[in-house]
Amino acid sequence: MTAMVKAEGVHKSFGAVEVLKGIDLEVKNGEVFCLIGPSGSGKSTFLRCINHLEKINAGRLYVDGNLVGYRQKGDKLYELKDSEVALQRRDIGMVFQRFNLFPHMTAAENIVEAPVQVKGVSRAQAKQRALELLDRVGLADKAGNYPAQLSGGQQQRVAIARALAMDPKLMLFDEPTSALDPELVGDVLDVMRDLAESGMTMVVVTHEMGFAREVGDSLVFMDGGVVVESGNPREVLTNPQHERTQAFLSKVL
Amino acid sequence: MTDKLEKSSAGVPPEDTPPVSKDSEFSGPPEAIKAIPVRHWGRWVSGVVVVALLALLVNAFANGDIQWGTVGDKVFDSTVIAGAGRTLLISILAMVLGVVLGVVLAVMRLSKNPVTSTVSWLYIWFFRGTPVYVQLLMWFNLALIFPMLNLGPIYKDEMTDVMTPFMCALLGLGLNEAAYMAEICRAGLLAVDEGQTEASHALGMSHSKTLRRIVIPQAMRVIVPPTGNEFINMLKTSSLVYVVTYNELLRSTSVIGSSSFAVMELLFVASIWYLVMTSIFSVFQYYLERHYARGSSRSLPPTVFQKIRANLFGSSRSKA
Repeated sequence: MTAMVKAEGVHKSFGAVEVLKGIDLEVKNGEVFCLIGPSGSGKSTFLRCINHLEKINAGRLYVDGNLVGYRQKGDKLYELKDSEVALQRRDIGMVFQRFNLFPHMTAAENIVEAPVQVKGVSRAQAKQRALELLDRVGLADKAGNYPAQLSGGQQQRVAIARALAMDPKLMLFDEPTSALDPELVGDVLDVMRDLAESGMTMVVVTHEMGFAREVGDSLVFMDGGVVVESGNPREVLTNPQHERTQAFLSKVL
Repeated sequence: MTDKLEKSSAGVPPEDTPPVSKDSEFSGPPEAIKAIPVRHWGRWVSGVVVVALLALLVNAFANGDIQWGTVGDKVFDSTVIAGAGRTLLISILAMVLGVVLGVVLAVMRLSKNPVTSTVSWLYIWFFRGTPVYVQLLMWFNLALIFPMLNLGPIYKDEMTDVMTPFMCALLGLGLNEAAYMAEICRAGLLAVDEGQTEASHALGMSHSKTLRRIVIPQAMRVIVPPTGNEFINMLKTSSLVYVVTYNELLRSTSVIGSSSFAVMELLFVASIWYLVMTSIFSVFQYYLERHYARGSSRSLPPTVFQKIRANLFGSSRSKA
């Protein structure tokens, strides 16, 4: 089993608007998979489909060999119950563009919450782990701070630590640096680079071409709800084959 | 800004630069501005007018046919205090009933299940759409149409035994309040950013845990201020249960008032107690709001005592 994420003809519409028009791709175990493309190309929507925050309308989406959001018996699909979907999501960490930290909890409490509530880890043990994770993202001294007392970059690093506390086998990043001041982007990318080196499977929607080139193992360029071009990031970014890719890269690079 | 200044002055010889920029910042404190403040004549005039009107009002009451002695005597009358106690009791119990039922109704209303949301909608439609006074009278007169309360094998009794004045008051006020609380809670739940629910779901938390641990604590910040308002309203609305013969503050004072021919005096007594209770709960509400403001701002707002201290000993000290 080498594919962590496997998409086969994934379609998604919001009302009459078709956002994803048949996505086929495969994310291998342990690789850093970057999704780039203009806004509205469907890359964030696709990312949200992977942990079933959005329901797909057609096609099949597998994470670690399991169908996302459904169970197949024979040729019939059964919708999973909310509790079963929650069980699938435990193993998939997600980091949002707008951080989405819980503002009424301190940094440490944010990280402690899910392991205690979902996995039944003891509070003391979860606290211990939270402090280790905060140390790992370089925020050991911020455990008692509320999100409002942290900078954007610090909040995003707490959000990464929060996702890691569930020991996910896959991490999804939805434009993790897009809401940050330019000088804070580096810290977050450093943490992500670190995570990539530790062998985590990562799907990253990003506009950071430098990160994609340096850290990425695979790269997909999406536009208009389809995969336009894919391959090794260094090759695609330096020598794009498709004219839409060329046009996009000429604007952002 | 400083960049520009330095660049523009780069070409100018140093002798010509006015002593405004860098040097003055470091050579001791700058000279304080001593300007004549704007005179606020309007404040003085309005102050005089208000004091004059107040004096007239005090004079009118002092010369009115009021037995102030009776007011003083009856404020701490045991019947009156017992009445105030019952007002407090029924208000708190009705409010608890209202809040609990209101949260349930709000969650039902927002649920994806069409049955529960319709039931909630109907409940709110009825209890918010009819006056609380009418509802109280209906509970009070329920025995006229249902002489027996028959819950099958569980419970059976005469309606008049069940619907005591206390029960009429509790159900009348509480169920009415629930309809209002449901709307307040719904607004609070909707005010929480959807990203919070998404983040919680993405961590594998269930619907109910997301609601309990993530959404409701944040909704509280929106819910608490109007709820405090509702409670203060409840303290006063509870005077309507006079009609179901529950012996609360208004009823106990009125009984004394009409028997001792001191109607106005006893209404003053009732007003004093209502004011005392609402004032105490206003302070309590402030602290409650402060508690739920945690995390929403960088530092908590000052407590009342901190504010007073800051005002007395100059605003320069301890603003946090």
